[in-house]
Amino acid sequence: MSTADWKNYEPVLIPNTKDLHKIDVYQQNGGYSALKSVLTDKKKWEGPSDVINEVKAANIRGRGGAGFNAGLKWSFMPPADGGPRYLACNGDESEPGTFKDRKIFEYNPHVFIEGALIAAYAMEITSIYVYIRGEYKDYIDMMQKAVDDAYEKGFIGEDILGSGYSVDFYVHSGAGAYICGEETSMLESLEGKRGYPRVKPPFPAQKGLWGRPTTINNIETLSHVVPVINKGADWFAGIGAKNHPGPILYGISGHVNRPGVYELPSGIPVLELINDVAGGMRNGKQLKAVIPGGSSTPILRADQLDGVTMDSDSLREVGTMLGTAGMVVMDEDTDMVDMLWRIAHFYHHESCGQCTPCRDGTGWLEKILLKIKNGDGEIKDLDLLLDITTQMEGRTICALADAAAWPVRHTINRFRDEFEARCKKSVHAIA
Amino acid sequence: MTYEFDKDDLKKIDDIKAKYPEVMPATLPVLWLAQNKFGHVEPEVQRLVAETLGLPEAHVHGVATFYTQYYKEKKGKHVLDVCTCLSCQLCGGYDMLNHIEDKLGIKAGETTEDGMFSVQEVECLGACGYAPMLQVTNDKYVNNLTKEKVDKLIDDLKAGKTPEYEEIKMPLRKVD
Repeated sequence: MSTADWKNYEPVLIPNTKDLHKIDVYQQNGGYSALKSVLTDKKKWEGPSDVINEVKAANIRGRGGAGFNAGLKWSFMPPADGGPRYLACNGDESEPGTFKDRKIFEYNPHVFIEGALIAAYAMEITSIYVYIRGEYKDYIDMMQKAVDDAYEKGFIGEDILGSGYSVDFYVHSGAGAYICGEETSMLESLEGKRGYPRVKPPFPAQKGLWGRPTTINNIETLSHVVPVINKGADWFAGIGAKNHPGPILYGISGHVNRPGVYELPSGIPVLELINDVAGGMRNGKQLKAVIPGGSSTPILRADQLDGVTMDSDSLREVGTMLGTAGMVVMDEDTDMVDMLWRIAHFYHHESCGQCTPCRDGTGWLEKILLKIKNGDGEIKDLDLLLDITTQMEGRTICALADAAAWPVRHTINRFRDEFEARCKKSVHAIA
Repeated sequence: MTYEFDKDDLKKIDDIKAKYPEVMPATLPVLWLAQNKFGHVEPEVQRLVAETLGLPEAHVHGVATFYTQYYKEKKGKHVLDVCTCLSCQLCGGYDMLNHIEDKLGIKAGETTEDGMFSVQEVECLGACGYAPMLQVTNDKYVNNLTKEKVDKLIDDLKAGKTPEYEEIKMPLRKVD
C-alpha cells in the first residue's frame, strides 16, 4: 500500500473490534494462529531461523525510538547453550508526547503477547519479562489478566501447542523513572536495582539480564510480528515508506481537535496527519511548530513542514527524527521559551545522575532557561546554552544527555528571535 | 509504629520471588506491596522489606529513593499527581494544578491539614492525547481535565467515592 492510500488502510494492531482484549474474541478474529503456524507448521517454518529471516525481511524498524531492524537485532543473540535466555519487552513509555503502547495493553494485549511468544521462540528464549511503567496500573492489571488467560489456554507455559517449546511470561511493574525506558537501565530495574544505564559493550544480547543473553524490544515492535507472520514480510515491507515500512501507531497531542493514537502507514505527510487525521488546529489557530516523535526529537517550524513525511529519511532531511512517532503540535500562541524550559525541567528531573555531563548539564540548561523565562536572561545566555549542549552530547553512558541537549539546541536555533526578544526585554527592564 | 507482614503478605512475597532467578529483583514488587499495605515506604518499612528479603537495607533504601512513585514519607489519603509535562503544559496542566492548589489551600508538595489530600506536580504520565490529566494515588488516571471536572473529583473523593477507570474511545479517523 502506497502512502498516498493511507485513507484505505485497515488497522491490524488496534482495529476497531469490540472486546478484542478478551482472549476468546482475539482467537475468533484469528488470534494465536501466527504462533500456531510458527510452532507447528514445519513445512512453512523449518526452525527458529526461518522466523528470524521473515522478520528481518519485513524490516520492522524498532518502534521504541531507535528504529533498528528488529529481525537483525534478534540475529545478534548467540547460539543457545542450554542456559536461560531472556526477552525483555519494553513498556516503560515515558517520553513526553508518547502514549501509544498503552493502546495495545488496553485494546489488544494478546497481539503483543503472541508477538513476544513468536520472538521468544525464534531466539530460543526461555523466559519473557514485560516491563510496564508503574503509573500504568490499570494496564499492568490488564496485561496480567491477558497473560493468565494465555497460560490457561496453553499458549504460554510448558510444551506450547504440543510443539515441545516451553516459555514463561512475567509482568513486572516499574515505579516511576523515565530512565528505565533506556534498555540497559530497564534491565537494572528488572534486576531490582536503581535504574542506572549500563556501559555497552557488552551488549544485552551477550550479557543482559542476570548476565545471560537478552533481547529488548518495544511493545509495538513485538506486536507487528504477528501480522508479519500471518501476512508475510512482503505485505509489511510494502506498506508506507520504503526504508521505514509498516504501520505505525502515531500518538498526536497538543493543540489539535482530535488528539489520540492512530494506526496508519508510515510515511504520512505531517500536515495530513495534523489536518486530516487529528482534525486540524484547535480554535482555528495557526500551526506554529511540531515535535515529531517525542520530546527529544528536534522541533520543526511550521514553514519547514511542506512535503515532510513521517519516516526516518524524510525527517532526517529536515534535521529531526521519527523517534516514537509521538507528535506534539503547537499553535501560534505557544511560548517557545516556556515550552523549552518545561522540556529541560523534565530531563533534569529524570537524569539518573550517573554521568556528570548529564547530571550537571541538564540542571544547568534548566536553570538558564528558567532565568530567561523569568525575564532575567541575557543574549549571551543563548550561546552558553548552545555550548552546554555540545558538551553534553555523546559524553555519557546513555542517550539521555543527548535527548536533553537536542531540543534545547534546535528550539533555540529554529526560534532564536523569540528567545532573543525575551532576553532583550530584560535589558529594557533593567534600563 | 512497628510494621509487619502477615502470613498472606509473606505468601505473596514468595510468589513474587518465584518470578525471578534471584531475590534482588523482588525489591521493586515488594516495595509496592509494602506501600499498598502501609500507605508509604518510610525508612522503617524499607527496613522490613530488606529484612524480609534478606537484602542490605542500603540497597532497599537506594531503590526506594530512586523511583518517584514510592512515598518516602507519609502522604495524604489521596495523592493527586498533576501532570504538567509538555503536552499537559500546552493544554493547561498548570491551570489545573493552580486550581487544585487554590481549592485545597496548599501548594504542590504539601498535604492538607486534615490529611485528606496531597498534591504533587509530576513528570509525563503517558496520557498526552488526553491532556491535561492527573493520577489519583498511583492508581486511576483522570483525563481531559476541566476545572469543573477537578471540583467534582475532589468532592467525590471527600465523599469516599474513588474514580472509575476511564475508557477512552478510539478516535475514529476522518476519511474524506
